[in-house]
Amino acid sequence: MAEAYIYDAVRTPRGRGKSSGSLHQSTPLSLASTVLRAIRDRSRLDTSLVDDVVLGCVEATGEQGADIARSAVLDAGYADSVAGVTVGRFCASGLEACNTAAAKVIAGEASLAIGGGVESMSRVPIGSSGGALFYDPRIAFPQRIVPQGISADLIATLRGYSRMDLDGYALESQQRAACAWNNGWFRNSIVPVVDLNGNLILDRDELMRPGTTMEDLARLEPSFTVLGEKFGYDSVAIQRYPGVEAIRHLHHPGNSSGIVDGAAAVLIGNARIGEELGLKPRARFRACASIGSEPTIMLTGPSYAVAKALRKAGMAAADVDLFEVNEAFAAVVLCFMDEAGVSREKVNVNGGAIAMGHPLGATGAMLLGTLLDELERRDLAIGVVTLCVGGGMGTATVIERI
Amino acid sequence: MIDYHVDADGIATIRWDMPGRALNVLNAQSIEEFARCVEQALGDPQVRGAIVASSKPGFIAGADLEWLPHLDAQQMQAQGGRIRQSLRRMETGGKPFVAAINGAALGGGFEVCLACHHRIAADNPAVEVGLPEVQLGLLPGAGGTQRLPRMIGIRNALPLLLEGWKLRSREALESGLVDAVVPDGELLSAARAWLLSPGAQAVQPWDAKGFRIPGGPPGSPAGMETIAAAIAMVRAKTWGLYPAPFDILSAVYEGCGVDIDTGLKIEERYFLHLFGTPEARNLIRLFFARVGLHKLAARPQAFPTQAYTKIGVLGAGMMGAGIAYVCADAGLEVVLLDTAPEIAERGKSYSARLLDKKAAAGRLSPEARDRFLARIRPTADYADLDGCELVVEAVFESFDLKGAVTRQAEAVLSPRAILASNTSTLPITGLAQASARPKNFIGMHFFSPVDKMPLVEIIRGRDTSDECLARVMDLAARIRKTPIVVNDSRGFYTSRVFGTYLNEGLAMLGEGIAPALIENAGRLAGMPLGPLALADEVSLDLQARIRAQAMAALGDAWRPPPGDQVLLAMVEQHGRLGKKIGQGFYDYPAGARKSLWPGLADCFPVRSDPPEIAEIVRRLRYVQSLESVRCLEEGVVTDPRDADVGSVLGWSFCPALGGAIGHIETVGLARFAAECQLLEEAYGERFRVPALLRDMAERGASFYSASPGIISST
Repeated sequence: MAEAYIYDAVRTPRGRGKSSGSLHQSTPLSLASTVLRAIRDRSRLDTSLVDDVVLGCVEATGEQGADIARSAVLDAGYADSVAGVTVGRFCASGLEACNTAAAKVIAGEASLAIGGGVESMSRVPIGSSGGALFYDPRIAFPQRIVPQGISADLIATLRGYSRMDLDGYALESQQRAACAWNNGWFRNSIVPVVDLNGNLILDRDELMRPGTTMEDLARLEPSFTVLGEKFGYDSVAIQRYPGVEAIRHLHHPGNSSGIVDGAAAVLIGNARIGEELGLKPRARFRACASIGSEPTIMLTGPSYAVAKALRKAGMAAADVDLFEVNEAFAAVVLCFMDEAGVSREKVNVNGGAIAMGHPLGATGAMLLGTLLDELERRDLAIGVVTLCVGGGMGTATVIERI
Repeated sequence: MIDYHVDADGIATIRWDMPGRALNVLNAQSIEEFARCVEQALGDPQVRGAIVASSKPGFIAGADLEWLPHLDAQQMQAQGGRIRQSLRRMETGGKPFVAAINGAALGGGFEVCLACHHRIAADNPAVEVGLPEVQLGLLPGAGGTQRLPRMIGIRNALPLLLEGWKLRSREALESGLVDAVVPDGELLSAARAWLLSPGAQAVQPWDAKGFRIPGGPPGSPAGMETIAAAIAMVRAKTWGLYPAPFDILSAVYEGCGVDIDTGLKIEERYFLHLFGTPEARNLIRLFFARVGLHKLAARPQAFPTQAYTKIGVLGAGMMGAGIAYVCADAGLEVVLLDTAPEIAERGKSYSARLLDKKAAAGRLSPEARDRFLARIRPTADYADLDGCELVVEAVFESFDLKGAVTRQAEAVLSPRAILASNTSTLPITGLAQASARPKNFIGMHFFSPVDKMPLVEIIRGRDTSDECLARVMDLAARIRKTPIVVNDSRGFYTSRVFGTYLNEGLAMLGEGIAPALIENAGRLAGMPLGPLALADEVSLDLQARIRAQAMAALGDAWRPPPGDQVLLAMVEQHGRLGKKIGQGFYDYPAGARKSLWPGLADCFPVRSDPPEIAEIVRRLRYVQSLESVRCLEEGVVTDPRDADVGSVLGWSFCPALGGAIGHIETVGLARFAAECQLLEEAYGERFRVPALLRDMAERGASFYSASPGIISST
């Protein structure tokens, strides 16, 4: 079987995911075609060589519906022969898209493919696509499905994380992201979003609050108390975790991922096409894995997914130089580090979604590019990306620099 | 059965009047007859519209519960299809139908109204409408889950479907369940007037083109939000123990976004599913058991009904005050006696507070309130008891004190008067020793708060006469309590079995099971609170006192109950007596939620290998059911129905499980016995299977097969 290599990775900056955000005026289509054009232009690709474009998107409805990937291919001016497919694995959709593109290459179905993702959370709000998981009593009732924030608070409760633990983690995310931006460490992958006249709309992650202090964070009210206590979700979760007396509500907007708009794309191909096109492979896929885990707590999947991927790669956690673990909620990352036995020095070294935001379907692909940039900057070899996933899943990818 | 009449204006009146019955109900005959009337009205060219009415004080009370539970699944499907079909014919036949609701229109009765094109209710306190099927573990299977949401929106319909609320005329009008409310005597003329008016539509909104369900269908953003919130709410409330609200949610979710005919098919599927569940069987059986108790089926027949006029209550504490309230509420004169007039007065003020709340809610006039209060005479003078037909003694749980007040009361009472002790723990035969006429001495165990708790446990002492029992049951009927009759024993029935739940929880704590796990296991077992929380409510020193009484009374035969050491440690070493002092297994901070006392971790170290949650739940359930079997075996209770109703009404044993005995039937006797054997090996002889149960399990017998008038569980 072939090996899958990463030849390039780009992302848009992340715009605040509300009406005041800079990217609210850009359709998800335009965000997706922005990164596809960048992939084409940076490698001077003959797009007819691209076999498929796989994009992750969580709310694949409305402007993001009807297979946004195919629309983006056409809008970006790719050859008509390029196929496009939209994939959904909730928050890991973007990584799943890259893994799928890699799998197509490995299987020989594709020589050259693009994985990526797009999500305009300001224009197609979270929850827009509905879904049996949350609304059909046949699944939500017996599975005791709760909102993700309740799950995150449940993790913190079970593992005894304090508000200080979570806020301390969040503060560091802000500081690390600010440091990386100030030093230009993201520069290589950021594609500014411009309008049709070529005027700049956004070239920088705009959600960050670099001056955040612990005192600022301490002032924020927990977000999920009312849902938990008044709407009954705490009881629903406790029915699955009867050892818990009461869920402590500790997550708030400052230690949870931000709502943003953005898109990302990763160029993936086999060795031969790289040679033909004169492209230099930057890394190769060592292993990919997805797992299912208990759906009420929902967000504990990353450690299992990473363990599975590392097992397939014949590696141990100690062999990994850097991890990107999506900062959906602070407790998710703390839980991953505890479970995997990984130190904070190796995890999310340039900050994450708490500081810069989590554009659902795009995030996984963004993290893959961010990881690769940092492995190169530090001249390290092995990196792992992982995300927690709604419904109780986890997805992970192990890459190795060439 | 149903009168059909057409007048000169072409108005057909379909008037329900089932012979030999107090209420109109839906059963095979009435459904068939009604379907025939509907066809007759539709087929007669003279008829321009029809009124569906009743000649009885009620409209249609719902499905015939003497009939419905005996159908098998196939018959149920056929009968359901018949009623659904005739209601559908009625609403699509091209002629307007109006429901003239003169009284209770519940369940299937209200579903008939929903299928009419217009609903008019009389302004009469007897009118109540609603869909209470959920309370019997069923769903409204004649279109209720489909028509009601289409009429008033999913958000407004769900509470009515999930909780089974019944609404009076005015509330029904405000909620949109009826279209008009008219004075009592004008019901039929208003119905006629509507049929003759140009607005008389023969098309239901959901059959009209472009229909949109009010508030949006389940798939709309508002609909999804409503459904999601309802899923969490139902789960939080039922702990997954009741399939009916779950299936109702699904019927609404799946059925209300499609056309009505498809929706009705979806509803039918869920109805048939619920019809086959043990939970529905259990809830229906409990319903009949309670009806039987209300009818005083077990009352000794030889004695005439006692007419009461005046009741004495000794002790104006929490219980005495509540007993005075329920007696006065039934129109009886009450003498409320305590050691000092101001203490007795305080007991009366309890009634005043309850009545003020009712008055503030507009449910009681100031005159009625004053008349009510005038019936309660607070006093410290035993002479005021003169003329009481019955005196309830509700003083502190002390053998000597109860004896003393008994003697003082009997000194002024007529020899025929009954003395009923409201004790929860002291054996009646012992207390009767203080009485000069033990034949007329009996136990009458009320539950707190008396005005809310429907059960009264009547305890026969060794010398209590049949006549005394009969007369006390008459009082229970008069004050609208559900009586169960038990024989004398330590803790009688309810306190004895309930105590096993508390003790099992305490024992678990002593074994090193985490307190939160014990408490949540209690909820998963179907109890309203965990055993530690309930022990705090009862108060630990009271339990220690009951233990001391038992120890003194039983001597060498006394055996420490499970969890004994935990109880003693809490009371004697830590001084944590329960909720009343703000410190028990829980801390009770003022103005905040209770939380488990952190010190428990030091006192009762948690072991690292807890048993499976399922086993903890099983212990908490089984220990109660086993003790109930022992009560049957020892003759403390004589009818499993009494045991079931007593468990559900007395200490809130989960009704969906069938009550303490019904639970065994639900599990299956053989399986239950086999599981008890494993529990006995692990936890001791309190899980030993009583001979009665072992024998029944071996014979494949049922607790209910010998009991007439209730559906067999097989």
